[in-house]
Amino acid sequence: MTGFPILSLMIGVPLAAALACLLVGAATARWVALLATLVDFALGVVLWGHYEIGGAQWQFTEHLPLFAGFQWALGIDGIALMLIMLSVFLMPICIGASWEAIEKRVGEYMAAFLVMEALMIGVFAAQDLYLFYIFFEAGLIPMYLIIGIWGGAERISASYKFFLYTLLGSVLMLIAMLWMANEAGTTDIPTLMAYNFPVKAQSLLWLAFFASFAVKMPMWPVHTWLPDAHVQAPTAGSVILAGVLLKMGGYGFIRFSLPMFPEASAHYAPLIFALSMVAVVYTSLVALVQHDMKKLIAYSSVAHMAIVTVGLFAFNRQGLEGSVIVMLSHGLVSGALFLCVGVIYDRLHTREIARYGGLSINMPRYALLFMLFTMASVGLPGTSGFVGEFLSLSGIYQMSSWVALISTTGIILGAAYMLYLYRRVAFGEQVHADAAAMADLSLREVLLLAPIAVVVMWMGVYPESFIAPIRADIGHLEARLVQAKPVGDARLVLPAGAAQRTTSAGSAN
Amino acid sequence: MGAWASLRLIAAEDILSLVGLLLLLVAGWCGDKAARFITGACVLALAAAAVFTVPALTNGVMGHDASVFFGQYAEDSFAAYAKLLIYGAAAAALLVAPAFFERVGAMRAEYPLLVLFATLGMGIMVSATDLLTLYIGLELNSLAAYVLASFLRNDGRSAEAGLKYFVLGALASGILLFGISLVYGFTGTTSFIGIREALHGGTFGAGLSVGGLFGMIFMLAGLAFKISAVPFHMWTPDVYEGSPTPVTTFFATAPKVAALALTMRVALFAFGTQAHAWQQVVIFAALASIIVGAVGAIGQTNIKRLMAYSSINNVGFMLIGLAAATPSGASAMLVYLAIYTVMSIGGFVAVLMLKDAEGEPLETLADIAGLSRHRKVLAGCLAMVMFSLAGIPPLFGFWGKFVVFQAAVAAGMVPLAAIGIAASVIGAFYYLKVVKVMYFDEPANLAVGKSGWVHQAILALCAAFISPAGYLLTKWLGGLANLAASALFHVA
Repeated sequence: MTGFPILSLMIGVPLAAALACLLVGAATARWVALLATLVDFALGVVLWGHYEIGGAQWQFTEHLPLFAGFQWALGIDGIALMLIMLSVFLMPICIGASWEAIEKRVGEYMAAFLVMEALMIGVFAAQDLYLFYIFFEAGLIPMYLIIGIWGGAERISASYKFFLYTLLGSVLMLIAMLWMANEAGTTDIPTLMAYNFPVKAQSLLWLAFFASFAVKMPMWPVHTWLPDAHVQAPTAGSVILAGVLLKMGGYGFIRFSLPMFPEASAHYAPLIFALSMVAVVYTSLVALVQHDMKKLIAYSSVAHMAIVTVGLFAFNRQGLEGSVIVMLSHGLVSGALFLCVGVIYDRLHTREIARYGGLSINMPRYALLFMLFTMASVGLPGTSGFVGEFLSLSGIYQMSSWVALISTTGIILGAAYMLYLYRRVAFGEQVHADAAAMADLSLREVLLLAPIAVVVMWMGVYPESFIAPIRADIGHLEARLVQAKPVGDARLVLPAGAAQRTTSAGSAN
Repeated sequence: MGAWASLRLIAAEDILSLVGLLLLLVAGWCGDKAARFITGACVLALAAAAVFTVPALTNGVMGHDASVFFGQYAEDSFAAYAKLLIYGAAAAALLVAPAFFERVGAMRAEYPLLVLFATLGMGIMVSATDLLTLYIGLELNSLAAYVLASFLRNDGRSAEAGLKYFVLGALASGILLFGISLVYGFTGTTSFIGIREALHGGTFGAGLSVGGLFGMIFMLAGLAFKISAVPFHMWTPDVYEGSPTPVTTFFATAPKVAALALTMRVALFAFGTQAHAWQQVVIFAALASIIVGAVGAIGQTNIKRLMAYSSINNVGFMLIGLAAATPSGASAMLVYLAIYTVMSIGGFVAVLMLKDAEGEPLETLADIAGLSRHRKVLAGCLAMVMFSLAGIPPLFGFWGKFVVFQAAVAAGMVPLAAIGIAASVIGAFYYLKVVKVMYFDEPANLAVGKSGWVHQAILALCAAFISPAGYLLTKWLGGLANLAASALFHVA
């Protein structure tokens, strides 16, 4: 595989298909989009197949100096590989989910999604600082159009909120990047990941990146764009937003904030913990009282992402590995949950929870799959949700038992709001005649949900397949973070006996 | 250098003035019947002038080699770069005009000639290395521009625009002239090199005296009016809105390039050793322009008025490059200037293409509601221009902002860059509004009138330039801009 620009090809295929979609009619555009995303998925499988676990840190690297200080530099490590796999896996499902739901301006819709896919792969594969920024920012345009053109009733304010919030977050990152390139004399991300910036400057740089990633993640209190964007976006838009776009925030922390500014990360870890703890408790409680299904899942996303941030800033292997797994799991599970909402929304055109009830009677297959994803979201052992959350929380427990304690309430509250949602939708009396008359899942819908269900179970039962590719990279990151670990003066104190537990956990690993 | 050699070096200006005078005779003889012919001839003259300018762009002639007429005039790479942009913008303004004016029966032979003479004036402005040459160029440009603004003499808005432009422009020229007289008084010379040397430990001692400082500030104020930087921007929205759209296309591009280039030469060369004295002024003007341009545009419903605020906003970003006071800052400004010129031409040509069934021009945002449904390509191009003006990657407008901020950060002006870029988010709001109206709103189905191939070709060229494909040009564009900027820092 060496030398073959497979990453460029994976970016190029959807772009070319996007152009084609603009030129052809609606029916053809659907097939072109499906074909292109399937080709990209196949390429992704090839990519994973040829990824050498335990090989070089950066594989499939491509390097082409383009113009004034700019390089087309791509390459992936295991973490990027997993996130690219998530993107290419969800993309055909998104196209399938829009097959009948989208009737107007189909060509443009498919083109926007394909451009989105190319940009997502670009974000995870970029090895040049500025290239990363371009991919990162460019994603705003197609998503703005997707929400604004094909969204719900309040789509315009939601699209504005999404665009301006994320733009304001990321512009400061650009200034930080310019400063870093100026200081380090390179824009190569792997080099910068090992560059020791002056501790004083790190603080400001960290905050600039934090502004961007915290909005993207999203962390409390800058999460308010997310419920609006989710509720108003079409189903597939929500899937991509929850499935992949939110992961860019976590990916940013792993790729930039932690390795490039380890000292500042240690310094600001209490801030992250505080915001995350608030997010876990507050957004879970908010989710509990929602009447709108999509809004409920959106708030649950904020709570789950808070577990990710807590795990990332635990500065140890369990926390970091767990966070990546939570990101992957959440990408699948929340994507699937939005699809489940989409299924019944397509039938009844309402997201009011109270308008449904007793669906397990007339839609047994739907109820089964919905149950599986609900359990995965709660974090039931045997599903992907459990593995990540357990690792993250055990990681943070070594850092601070208080943070772990409060973060764990998220699991209890998560069970509360998810099961409450499931009870109201699937169980109980069939009070509404129209809801009771809904047909069960069609073959197309089964084909959309079943693959996700399989992967969710796979990740829950045998997570090693997903942890193996990232293990070495988490190891690099952990080694990089060691230098900062004892430095932070605002560190939370380990309770007595923690050291012993860490050692035993380490040896068990 | 003798007069003959000097005339040979300024071949571009020779062509423009001779052709202009000749065509004036044609216009006098044949009247408005010859308007189309004269327009074509003017475009050809601009092309010929451009051909003679291109060698100076890459030959890198600078310093005394390029200095003609005893140091009053420089035909260096910097001037060549600015002139090519000006000629291109002027040609675009000429090409789109006949269709617009003929509809109201106002295609008169004066229009191309006034544009030609204004262009000649701008060429003199960017080449001027003496305060008096500077003033002659500026006035030649301005006087032609005042007439152009009120070219639709039966239209109240156009007449108002011309009058406003004239009164305020004359005031600004007066301020500039007053500044020039003070600078002359306190340095004893009108030549840029002379001023530079006088301020750098010449006969009057090093540094600026209070009087010299006043003179410099007055000059900058006068120039700020010409580039419509805050707080001298008040005229811009009214003039842009009132002027006929082809003229607005011209105003938003060519004179901006000329005035900014002139400001650069004055600030970076003549007062280059006194950067600390003018940097604060420029920083204020930059940030104020960015913020006022962004906030002012939010409430606008007329696209031309919106573009006027957008141009104020963009000038602010360019001034950030000037504030850096480094070669890379000047180079970044020139790159931005080129991208901005193309974006503006694209934007205004797209506006010119918005016509209702009778061919009446449409100018308000409400008129273009839902444009993307029935004019996909036009709406797509306009949306690209808007995203590009907002500086959203991967469109080429991002590159302009990128190089400017890069220069500012390299010059150690991180807070300036941070505030500037944060304020750019405000600007994104109204650019998004245009996209929103075109893509999200219910169609008004007003803009159904077709446009000629000239408009389509210009728009297609501009769209190709600001699309991500534009990045392929960055190396070449950056190289030329570096060369041009180095001329300003070249002290013989």
